[in-house]
Amino acid sequence: MTEAAALETVDVTCVFQVSQGLLRGSKPLRAVNGVSLKIPRGRVVGLVGESGCGKSTMANILLGLQRPSSGDVLYSGDSAAGFSRRQIARRIQPIFQDPYSSLNPTKSIESIVSQPLRIHNVGAPSEWSARVGEMLDVVGLPRRVASSYPSQLSGGQRQRVAIARALIMRPEVVICDEPTSALDVSVQSQILNLLQDLKEEFGLTYLLISHNLAVVQHMADRVAVMYLGRIVEEADSDTLFNDPRHPYTRALLGSVLTPEPRLGVPDTHLGAVFPNPIDPPPGCTFHPRCPDCMAICRSEPPRPASDGGHKTECHLYGGAGAPPTATHRGDNP
Amino acid sequence: MSGTILEVENLSVDIPVAAGMLHPVRGIGFTVSRGETLCIVGESGCGKSLTSLAIMGLLPKTARRNADRMEFLGRDIRNLREREMARLRGGSMSMIFQEPMTSLNPSYTIGNQLAEVYLRHVEQSRAAARDRAVFLLEKVGISSAASRLGQYPHQLSGGQRQRVMIAMALMCGPELIIADEPTTALDVTIQAQILHLLAELQREFRMGMILITHDLGIVARVADKVQVMYAGKTVEEGPCETVFDAPMHPYTQGLLRCIPIPGRTRRGERLGSVPGIVPNLVGELSGCMFRNRCDYASDACAGLRDEPTRMGDGHAYTCLRAPEEVLGERQPAEAP
Repeated sequence: MTEAAALETVDVTCVFQVSQGLLRGSKPLRAVNGVSLKIPRGRVVGLVGESGCGKSTMANILLGLQRPSSGDVLYSGDSAAGFSRRQIARRIQPIFQDPYSSLNPTKSIESIVSQPLRIHNVGAPSEWSARVGEMLDVVGLPRRVASSYPSQLSGGQRQRVAIARALIMRPEVVICDEPTSALDVSVQSQILNLLQDLKEEFGLTYLLISHNLAVVQHMADRVAVMYLGRIVEEADSDTLFNDPRHPYTRALLGSVLTPEPRLGVPDTHLGAVFPNPIDPPPGCTFHPRCPDCMAICRSEPPRPASDGGHKTECHLYGGAGAPPTATHRGDNP
Repeated sequence: MSGTILEVENLSVDIPVAAGMLHPVRGIGFTVSRGETLCIVGESGCGKSLTSLAIMGLLPKTARRNADRMEFLGRDIRNLREREMARLRGGSMSMIFQEPMTSLNPSYTIGNQLAEVYLRHVEQSRAAARDRAVFLLEKVGISSAASRLGQYPHQLSGGQRQRVMIAMALMCGPELIIADEPTTALDVTIQAQILHLLAELQREFRMGMILITHDLGIVARVADKVQVMYAGKTVEEGPCETVFDAPMHPYTQGLLRCIPIPGRTRRGERLGSVPGIVPNLVGELSGCMFRNRCDYASDACAGLRDEPTRMGDGHAYTCLRAPEEVLGERQPAEAP
């Protein structure tokens, strides 16, 4: 890929110091551990993984809400260091999971949607109301809701308000963090359709963070699977869903419950114990839960291997060898 | 029938609110037999959770419950006194709630909370309660169960907490388990594990189970019987395979079209949707409540009586459209 990605992370690591209690000092928690991810312009990249794997920390880093401990974020090829928080917000906007808590209950819809305009001082205040009206049209809400409050709207309507707020500054990239998880099935499909339409209309680029793989497969061109702060597999959507390689990806895909009777509940053969991220297992961090665990997995972290655009980080693929450049075990930055 | 555990007929719940009388559940009925899983599926506000609370006798004080029949193990439970109902709850019928975080008491240990149910319902022996707790914790897949008894809920992960909730529901060997959205707050991998576990335990202990969910994927995988609820009524019911293979009610069909299915829906393809919103259930209601969102609605729908169309083998739907009409149309839609 020669074109500059709309958004790119280069070996980003984010370490939090977690207190172990009084007198016991603190330990580092590597929420994101050496992640390089490219989000090409006009594409939808899906990021999947269990809770606690670092997906939301990634979102915060990309939004400029969290400074990475090391590594860099590139906006259209330019380092994040050159941008202020406000400039980043002009390019990248979030849509969060829960429209019940992401909208201020004491503000009217007009005030919520026009807030980015006020903050960035765009245009004359007299035009704001008209722009809010246009935005409401775009997301399929009647203009009269402008004077309503979030509590008067349904979940689907609130999520549309959140989308209107995210798009009013015409950002390049929208980070959708579980945009439909809190919604009913019939509303979920409406929001997904709306996100598709808006992508065409405004030429948007999405990072879609979700644990619902059916949704990710439906929306994303490319998918990255995250486990304990690392991207363990990354490939084009079709490749990943047709030929999943990493045992974790296979377990994730096996856990998707599609509405097809007679199949029963799959047994994922995945141990239940999500490892403690403060004290990750040695070697491949997935090995305690892995059905295909080999001796080498317990001692050596796997090296990323790439086959065309299909990247996998697993000893089953690509030879064993020296650990990746970012060591897995805890040196304090 | 000897295998029947719970039989409910024409159950309704009314709650007085400022604007008048709210009718969240409007005459639903079902039976659950030993070893059988009934899934009640519907969107938020359709009355599925209130139905389960009505069975357990846990409705808010202002709510009124009416039923032509409510028999649990052959015993009429409509007019049981609170004390008698409390003896059943947690004993022979128990419940698993959605949020394992909020339904466990953060200030008591796991062991304490597990033992409490047992001491209350079965026998006053701490040692026996402890043994039972360890046995069940192992059963639900919690490692080093004995040492977990002294732990507090916050020391467990979400999946482990839900496993503890399941163990707690099983402490007194219930005949019936009501699980209200047991996996909604969990990750996909954990969700599959918990459902797998529930299905296994249910088979092993021959319990009846009512599983309440909004997720049709879960329904398809675990249900024996399905009941689709909309606006407080059953719009379609029947054996799981039949309902998914040949959905008859426009609402059921609409819901199934909303879900992207890997391998079947193409990427970026427009998903089906059910436009419109759930109607207000306050005041006098008449006719089919789905008519304002239905593609097939006609004037006649405003006067629809509650006579379900029966298709045989227990499959029934409440809609004016004739079976031939629905079935005749499906062929082109199902072609891949």
